[in-house]
Amino acid sequence: MNVTPYIFWFLSVLALFSALMMVTSRNPVYSVLWLIGTFFAISGHYILLNAQFLAVVNIIVYAGAIMVLFLFVIMLMNLNRETEPQKNRWLKFIGALAGGCLLLVLVAALKDAELKSQQAMVGGGSIGLIKVLGKELFTRYVVPFEISSLLFLSAMIGAAVIGKKETSQTLNS
Amino acid sequence: MPINYYLFLSLALFSIGMVGVLTRRNAIIIFMCIELMLNAVNLLLVAFSKMHHLKNLATSATAGADGQLFVFFIMVVAAAEVSVGLAIIVMMYRNIHSVDIQFLNRLKH
Amino acid sequence: MAMLSFPNIAYLIPLLPLLGFLVNGLLRNHLSHRAIALIGSGVMALAFGISLLVFYNIPAGAPTILTAFDFIRIGELQIPFAFQLDALSSLFLLIITGIGFLIHVYSSAYMHEESASHYGRYFAYLNLFVFSMLLLVMGANYVILFIGWEGVGLCSYLLIGYWFRNTAYSQAANKAFVMNRIGDLAFLIAIFWLIARTGSVSFTDLPMAIGTAGQSAKLSSLDITGITLLLFIGATGKSAQIPLYTWLPDAMAGPTPVSALIHAATMVTAGIYMIARSNLLYTAAPLVLTIIAIIGVATALLAATIALRQNDIKKVLAYSTVSQLGFMFLALGSGAYVAAVFHVMTHAFFKALLFLGSGSVIHAMSGEQDIRKMGGLKKSLPITYWTFLIGCVAIAGIFPFSGFFSKDAILLSAFLKSPIFYVIALFTALLTAFYMFRLFFLTFGGSFRGTEEQRHHLHESPAAMTIPLVVLAILSIVGGWVGIPEVWIHGGDRLVAFLSPVIPVSSGHEISHATEYILMGLSTGLVLLSILFAWNKYKQYRAEESESPFARLLENKWYVDELYQAAIVQPLHKLGGWIRSVFEPKVADGAIQGIGRSVRYLSQQFRLIQNGQTGNYALWMVIGIVVILSVQFFLRK
Repeated sequence: MNVTPYIFWFLSVLALFSALMMVTSRNPVYSVLWLIGTFFAISGHYILLNAQFLAVVNIIVYAGAIMVLFLFVIMLMNLNRETEPQKNRWLKFIGALAGGCLLLVLVAALKDAELKSQQAMVGGGSIGLIKVLGKELFTRYVVPFEISSLLFLSAMIGAAVIGKKETSQTLNS
Repeated sequence: MPINYYLFLSLALFSIGMVGVLTRRNAIIIFMCIELMLNAVNLLLVAFSKMHHLKNLATSATAGADGQLFVFFIMVVAAAEVSVGLAIIVMMYRNIHSVDIQFLNRLKH
Repeated sequence: MAMLSFPNIAYLIPLLPLLGFLVNGLLRNHLSHRAIALIGSGVMALAFGISLLVFYNIPAGAPTILTAFDFIRIGELQIPFAFQLDALSSLFLLIITGIGFLIHVYSSAYMHEESASHYGRYFAYLNLFVFSMLLLVMGANYVILFIGWEGVGLCSYLLIGYWFRNTAYSQAANKAFVMNRIGDLAFLIAIFWLIARTGSVSFTDLPMAIGTAGQSAKLSSLDITGITLLLFIGATGKSAQIPLYTWLPDAMAGPTPVSALIHAATMVTAGIYMIARSNLLYTAAPLVLTIIAIIGVATALLAATIALRQNDIKKVLAYSTVSQLGFMFLALGSGAYVAAVFHVMTHAFFKALLFLGSGSVIHAMSGEQDIRKMGGLKKSLPITYWTFLIGCVAIAGIFPFSGFFSKDAILLSAFLKSPIFYVIALFTALLTAFYMFRLFFLTFGGSFRGTEEQRHHLHESPAAMTIPLVVLAILSIVGGWVGIPEVWIHGGDRLVAFLSPVIPVSSGHEISHATEYILMGLSTGLVLLSILFAWNKYKQYRAEESESPFARLLENKWYVDELYQAAIVQPLHKLGGWIRSVFEPKVADGAIQGIGRSVRYLSQQFRLIQNGQTGNYALWMVIGIVVILSVQFFLRK
């Protein structure tokens, strides 16, 4: 008995449910936790697709570093309460409607696409392995890879400059 | 698995992120929704990469690796983006003591 | 040089007055009186000299066409800016430049009291007028003719309103312009009609349009009737015929030399020129010819009766001009185009003479124009007296003065057309003799009736004014000798022969010589009687002339002006008032302001979208994406 479809469905439902909970939670901390859940589900999909490297990186970078950063900022600002003022009900409705329309339009547009019969290789294939990706990364993609280090450097400096406490002038609210 | 499943799953996640952006007022939540949208795209990229791999299995051993490397770079960019974005949110909070985007209405001036 | 020989030298004829206009017009504040007069008259003298050259070099037969450049070229339609030199246009060139030159010389003295700037303006207008008139007669097609036609109308307007500070004069100018415009509209429609049917407006294409032997006509008889009728309506405006004649007497508001040049000798004959030029079309439209004859004879009679009881020296001459123009149209209507052109020529001589003579009288009387306050001027103004007498005799049509020949030709043609026309025309000729000699006796005969001051100032005019009078007087005597009737001397009517390339000689003078002699004798005898009657009645002016109701009717010009005022002007004023008070604010302004208000309202609503909320902007962006995707995927199929 092939369990792959069951795992797929389980992970999909988990991802969607977590995402919905993330969007609807009043408490930002819960949102962060639900988002981490989503990321885990997506990582599960990566494993299912035998993209082991990305699955690991996703957990380490996203679920680990980035989400911890989010959590940290929320804690820092003391926002872990349900204090968020709610949007106008109408605007909320219209926003949800617009998003729903987007989904509808995209699904309607793509449901008859030619790749309907195509399959994604599940469980096999070696391209997701660190060995293959690493070889690619350090041969064909070595320049972008090095440039990304510059990106990180500038992001670091930017974050430091922005985060520096301004002494003289403040924006008036 | 049929590629359609991944396609629609990604679209659903993306749209949920979009709805979040449109309906929430908390800048951090909106930011998280954007991360969710990025991840939806990542998932689709990986799925397509595997599809491509399956299709060209006979001719090329590494077909589809590009897609996964894109995902890798997206994560790189996302990490940098988050560091700067959160810095901006911190500064905004420091200045107006709120992360409500309702107060970011200076574009009309 | 090729440029300075025939026919290219003809380009200079209109260019010289244009040059004079530009120089005098632009430099009028910097030139002295003498320089202005010299430039204004000098270009006319040169133009006259060149016209003489052209006149003597005109080849018999086909006309000489000078094409300057393509004026309009749209698809098949091609209208060149071209001049046509032939017998008819060269004859008119002589009349215009010759009399124009004399009147320029006369003006240099007559207008001398104006300031240099206004003096320059006057001469500039006069030169511009001559330029336009030359365009009119030289144009090789209806469009060029129309340009000149409009140009002379404009100059007429400018010169009638020359003393523009006087409101009545400005209104007279407006009246002339508006009346002319009514005719011009008809003319324009006729040109459009012609273009639509034949695709050409050149005079040389007219034979093709009405169809020659072996070729089918491009114009149906209905077309020809319509076009000729519209052209004639245009002519009634310019040449002051019923119903558009009332502007001409009012046009006497302008300086007297202007009246002589524009409103007697040249511009008002443009209509006759145009019809004579289109004689091929008119000959093919007998119905329109009859209409022209009726209008012409009616105008002649009506204006002559009005002239009987006018007391302003220039008004009498003005109505006389209208009446004489009526004669010319009668000739045209009778198919005697040559007689009409002949009368244009002789009338130009003696009417210019009479107007200039009246100008001399007015000059001597310090601006007084009422003949009841004149009288006995014979002694003070001998040259004016004699020349004026010659003019009166010429217009009355006494042998051997020029008016006799041309008037006789017209009467003869009227007799051939219908005896009724002849009787009315003859009666009008008698009236003409009567009112002209009434004018003459009241002005020069009897004793002086003006103020002491005026009597003190009486003087003969300077040489610059009297010499043109003498020249015109000589022309008034001999001018008719180019058209001596065939019955007297075989080949005496040289004008008919000269104009035969343009105006085909009609055969069939089915009238006996005896009848012709009788007609001549009859008219001459009756005219002499009429003059005697006038002498008897007016040799001594009596202040209290009996005011019969009919006389009052004539004095008030049959109340035609009042009729027009009540029937046309007042309703139009009312309509204008209604448009101003109701239509303009409610409908026109309402529509425009409504558009403005709705745009303002909508923009105020749309402004709310730009509320600065980033969240809203994101929302709009998503809606935009949805719309674009929908269009892309679903509507493009």
